[in-house]
Amino acid sequence: MSLTAESAAPTLVVNGTRIDMIERGSGRPLLFLHAENGIEPALAAIDELAKSARVIAPTHPGYGGSELPKGMRSVDDLSYFYLDLLDQLDLRDLTVVGVSLGAWIAAEIAVKSSARFARLVMANAVGIKVGDRETRDVADIFALTEKEFIDIAYCDPARGTRDYKALPDAEVLAAARAREATARFAWNPFFHNPRLKSRLHRIRIPTLFLWGTHDRVLSEAYGRAYCGLISGARFELIDRAGHFPDHEQPKAFAERVLGFAKAG
Amino acid sequence: MSMKVYQFTEQPYYPTWNDHSGSLRVNLLNRKCDPHVAADLFHRYYDEWQLSDELGLDIMLNEHHQTATCMSSTVVVGLSVLARITKNARLLVLGYPIGHRPDPLRVAEELSTIDVISRGRLDMGFIKGVPYEFPASNQNPVGVMDRFWEALDFIIKAMTTHDEIFNWEGEYFNYRQVNVWPRVWQEPHPPIWTTTGSTTQARILGERGYVMATLGSGYNTRPLYDAYRRGYVAKRGKAPGPDRFAYLGLVGVAKDKAEARRRGDLIAGYLRSSSIVHVPFRNPPGFLSVEDNARLLRGQTPPRSYTKDGRTIDMRSASVEELIDAGILFCGTPDEVYDQIVDFCDYCGGMGNLLMMGHAGFLTHEQTADNLSLFAREVYPRLKAWKQPDAEEMAAQAVVAAQKAPPNPAASARAGDLVDAAIGGR
Repeated sequence: MSLTAESAAPTLVVNGTRIDMIERGSGRPLLFLHAENGIEPALAAIDELAKSARVIAPTHPGYGGSELPKGMRSVDDLSYFYLDLLDQLDLRDLTVVGVSLGAWIAAEIAVKSSARFARLVMANAVGIKVGDRETRDVADIFALTEKEFIDIAYCDPARGTRDYKALPDAEVLAAARAREATARFAWNPFFHNPRLKSRLHRIRIPTLFLWGTHDRVLSEAYGRAYCGLISGARFELIDRAGHFPDHEQPKAFAERVLGFAKAG
Repeated sequence: MSMKVYQFTEQPYYPTWNDHSGSLRVNLLNRKCDPHVAADLFHRYYDEWQLSDELGLDIMLNEHHQTATCMSSTVVVGLSVLARITKNARLLVLGYPIGHRPDPLRVAEELSTIDVISRGRLDMGFIKGVPYEFPASNQNPVGVMDRFWEALDFIIKAMTTHDEIFNWEGEYFNYRQVNVWPRVWQEPHPPIWTTTGSTTQARILGERGYVMATLGSGYNTRPLYDAYRRGYVAKRGKAPGPDRFAYLGLVGVAKDKAEARRRGDLIAGYLRSSSIVHVPFRNPPGFLSVEDNARLLRGQTPPRSYTKDGRTIDMRSASVEELIDAGILFCGTPDEVYDQIVDFCDYCGGMGNLLMMGHAGFLTHEQTADNLSLFAREVYPRLKAWKQPDAEEMAAQAVVAAQKAPPNPAASARAGDLVDAAIGGR
């Protein structure tokens, strides 16, 4: 799978794999890991974050214009890719911010090594199994129409609705790639790694969970349980936001993140 | 023999076809299935296949999951029954969805056993599976073709290795002591079939020499066959015979033209019911290419079927006459049906395996038995006697055609996966 959307974004080559990567703003470094809906919906939040930080926002392999290395099929694989990226850019004292799938990636990186991390922000995070074997933690989004998905993922569904006929080709292709890449990484086990929960104790850096109150893809109880597995982690709500608080409330999202990043 | 005919039914649980909430597959609750009715239907379908065997027809079975369109959820059961109760018919499974199977060793064991019990009558059709199988198997649709090819390579290796115990540590499957008992009856292994709707894939199948089946391709079949011919010639330096090609056609035949049309209409219920699926299950991520999905997001509809004179039809809603014109349904008196089939085969440049859907949906047992008997008596002998177009000449034409107008890979990828899902309806 070598196909990539045409993109004017700056790129970075890590281990022979070319990915899109936005770098914006100055100050302390902040790594932003986007959700399963791709980088586009996060751009406004990235701009807000860049007002007070040096934001590094890669597009995950398989998404947008980023290549997918052969054989990469799990979030575990992605986490090693990002460990290489961190080494290559020699990033230190990083605030890492992940939304949903991006938060899962952040956690998978952090349990392996958080040596380069100062702080971790997990927004509407997926990645672990909380309920019993017959309780679905994550809505089966692949059994929903796009409209049904938007209705449960957004506080204001209009925010998530896209007119594909009006969008540029690259964005439509990116939407199609995002859906495929997400299935590649999260189809089975569904949006979690059964091994991750027992490793979360290894995260010993200040951690903030942000939670869009209108998320019905995940429940708040799921978020609180996840938060409870990371020592000292705080849990805060973001009003009028659903599963993608960065997309729906970019200002409020950035304020919380930057406030936390400055705190210590 | 110029042509072989395989009788096929999906073994439908048709009593629910008019009693569902917008989905006959995946999420139609099995409460709707009365096991007593199901038992009667299974026995009836096996009887009809036994009749097919007696009539000199061959037999085709398939499997689907969680659906009232096809009760056969594990094709090995039907194959096992038929291996014992039929005498002469070839037993074609088309297909066995190995892209979904967790354990291809088990597949090799099952099929080897059936080949032995049937005394070498098995034809093995392998497919990746239609879109709506993924929720049931929970197999990742992304990368399913890679999985398919590894499973197929493994199964062939398992069936052809007799003098050593082998090891397999692949991308998807791991085994350390492979030694399948019983070993296959047919050497080196039962014939391999598969399906496609993509010219890119057709060429690969030609290179491999497998029997290639298409369904719903109607008067758009020739480009697929020609791509196969080119692949076959490139690899082997000779043309593929008509026995390398198979086509699934619905067949409704009767002495009386009006009765034939009625039968055709009932059998077309297969096309109409197949498309009744909860929307999100119709196109799981990764099943179609990213480019195709981008086109779908833009609202561009997938290709339709074509009639001989170039009209497009939607086979999910087409009339009997339109389906006949498109080569999807062969229907009429024995003379008409013979003419339609021969005309179609001629268009294809030769086609040696008719996968005949001689029963579907609400066609009664009596109608089905008459349909099969009449076909076997009055159409089949003439098809066997019919002279197929010259294979070498057809292959040469295919090569020349490609030089004049190189195939458009984008277009072919598009038609591509409609294949197995031809009637999936997106």
